[in-house]
Amino acid sequence: MVKTHAAPLSPYSTAPHRSHVETHTLSVLVDNEPGVLARVVGLFSGRGYNIESLTVAEVAHERHLSRITIVTSGTPETIEQIRHQLERLVPVNSVKDLTLTVRAIERELAMIKVRGRGENRVEAMNLAEAFRAKVIDATVESFIFELTGNPQKIDDFVDLMRPLGLVEVSRTGVAAISRGPEPI
Amino acid sequence: MAKQMTGAEMVVEAFKDQGVEYVFGYPGGAVLPIYDAFFMQDKVRHILVRQEGGAAHAAEGYARSSGKVGVLLVTSGPGATNAITGLTDALMDSIPLVCITGQVPTHLIGSDAFQECDTTGITRSCTKHNYLVRRIEDLPRILHEAFYIASHGRPGPVVVDIPKDVQFATGAYTFQRNIQHKTYRPQLKGDLEHIKRAVAMMAEAKRPIFYTGGGVINSGPHAATLLRELVRATGFPITSTLMGLGAYPASDKQWLGMLGMHGSYEANHAMHDCDLMICVGARFDDRITGRVDAFSPKSKKIHIDIDPSSINKTIKVEVPIIGDCAHVLEDMVRLWRGGQRADAAALEKWWEAINGWRARDSFGFRNSTQIIKPQHAVRRLYELTKGRDLYITTEVGQHQMWAAQHFHFEEPNRWMTSGGLGTMGYGLPAAIGAQLAHPNSLVIDIAGEGSIQMNIQEMSTAMQYRLPVKIFILNNQYLGMVRQWQELLHGNRYSETYMESLPDFVKLAEAYGAHGIRCSNPGDLDDAIKEMIDTPKAVIFDCMVDQKENCFPMIPSGKAHNEMILNELGDDAGVDLGAIIDEKGKMLV
Repeated sequence: MVKTHAAPLSPYSTAPHRSHVETHTLSVLVDNEPGVLARVVGLFSGRGYNIESLTVAEVAHERHLSRITIVTSGTPETIEQIRHQLERLVPVNSVKDLTLTVRAIERELAMIKVRGRGENRVEAMNLAEAFRAKVIDATVESFIFELTGNPQKIDDFVDLMRPLGLVEVSRTGVAAISRGPEPI
Repeated sequence: MAKQMTGAEMVVEAFKDQGVEYVFGYPGGAVLPIYDAFFMQDKVRHILVRQEGGAAHAAEGYARSSGKVGVLLVTSGPGATNAITGLTDALMDSIPLVCITGQVPTHLIGSDAFQECDTTGITRSCTKHNYLVRRIEDLPRILHEAFYIASHGRPGPVVVDIPKDVQFATGAYTFQRNIQHKTYRPQLKGDLEHIKRAVAMMAEAKRPIFYTGGGVINSGPHAATLLRELVRATGFPITSTLMGLGAYPASDKQWLGMLGMHGSYEANHAMHDCDLMICVGARFDDRITGRVDAFSPKSKKIHIDIDPSSINKTIKVEVPIIGDCAHVLEDMVRLWRGGQRADAAALEKWWEAINGWRARDSFGFRNSTQIIKPQHAVRRLYELTKGRDLYITTEVGQHQMWAAQHFHFEEPNRWMTSGGLGTMGYGLPAAIGAQLAHPNSLVIDIAGEGSIQMNIQEMSTAMQYRLPVKIFILNNQYLGMVRQWQELLHGNRYSETYMESLPDFVKLAEAYGAHGIRCSNPGDLDDAIKEMIDTPKAVIFDCMVDQKENCFPMIPSGKAHNEMILNELGDDAGVDLGAIIDEKGKMLV
């Protein structure tokens, strides 16, 4: 016969450590070579991590470096694991968790198309001024606004445009940099 | 010195410069230039496998038994996709491989050309790194970088995909020893402050245990020597994962046997009750931890690993030490010898508890004079090969666990098995690789009748190169481990786990030109095993074993280390495994 053994004499209660979900911005400096973005994105999908936004562009042409800025969410343990997994990728030069390490400035650019006539059109224009959005295209029945700011500011502006004839939005995702004289 | 040569010649030249003895491969349209370059030299030997999957596992067996990088060469498309399982296996078990794949010419990439596939895309997640070489100028650097990345840090497979036009192109070949990679520089030395803290904790521990893994083997024989020194100097008990067997001698009294799902009662209980766990080169795999929230609840944990992403991945540790096992162990031995002493009184009590668990003889089984018990077969194989220069590979399943339990290893690099990925069909090609690395040694693949058929075609490879590998099949005519789980989870409904229409393995051996032996009587077993050992060529040994035997002890899914089920001696009738595991556990595997 097979039998199970009695419960241990000592009670053990290391409850699984469930901490809250946080949003972090990671700045990843990579060699600008073919497939590097696929490696980073594949890592996120393969291991089940979230990507809330992702931007990438070359930042130092002569050194072939690109910066990928990723906004991700997860428990602090997951985010630490994401950082280590990114560091394992061969073309990754460095990974910085901007939310943890420095006071970072985050900016995003959005282009917002609004369609309307009459009062709605005037109201949209007034709000755009208040948000310091620029008009970059106009017809008699539409505007395209260009707005730069942190993601929350853009969310707020888009919400305000919705009842006034919002057609569509195109956003870049977050780019971030640390304050002060030191590099990231 | 830069020499002008073709891309194909560069590949072979780089192999020579890297000290490659054997390349396992299979030719095809997109690698013809490289095969032509092979034909023109006799320094690097090519081993023609029968399927590319075999090449990958053979390279793994070669790498793991020799400590060198395993190399394979396959063509584009199906050549590359057939190698995927072996690459994934090498990634999971941290085996250094360099895989050269042919690719269609650069101007045809993306056109769905004949035998084209997106090799770098497909292998991105199953390699440590991969390259598509678009320019001949990059080829020499990439070839040597591939060897560097495969073998440095946590080892793993690297793919270099070379389009056919790049193989034909001519360029300057250079080779620099000791390259410094721009971004990949793994940390070897551990943080001394952390190591000091770890050693201080070891001196204070009342119930310590060493939990070691494949990282010790990968770090090289010196790491195993240092581990032995440290373990003996401290007097602590030691257990190891499946991948780490052999780093510490199994005959030593401080050895508790393997831990984990089919590990020993004493190892798992000691892990559960310890107050200090010193993890060296292991990664808290789910086969080891069992229920994570009940894993070793009373212990502080020290984790030595070269891969920072292994730290705190599943189990939170108090003292992480990032570095190579040998480097860190060297510091630990020095600091321990510098005046630390274990708490002898506490340790004595701890050993008393361990000896109590040991007395359960958890690997014990009721033997039979009528029928060969699989455990008995492995034990006899162990006894009759003891003291020989020996390498063991396995396939995956019950036979693998019985081999891990009942075969004992004194040295590292002697045991090759697919741990992380659990790849059936690994053992025979791995044995071929190990036999090539050690031509005068005895190499045995302990197999099951299910697994062996997954890469049986490699018998032909063994015969071509006169490799006297021995295949010892524990034949129970069932996919035994799957059946065991069906008993646990699915009410004994043996869906597709009975192997009907098995080949006659003796005749199969003869068809390949090998020697076949069948044994079904316990009384004949010893003589049959001796016959196998004494046969100077490849042997398939069909060992007919008890069909109903299951693999114990076992931690069922969803259970903790101290909730093992044991194979109680004296009664082997009607075990209701299904009653043991709860609904939540059935969701796990």
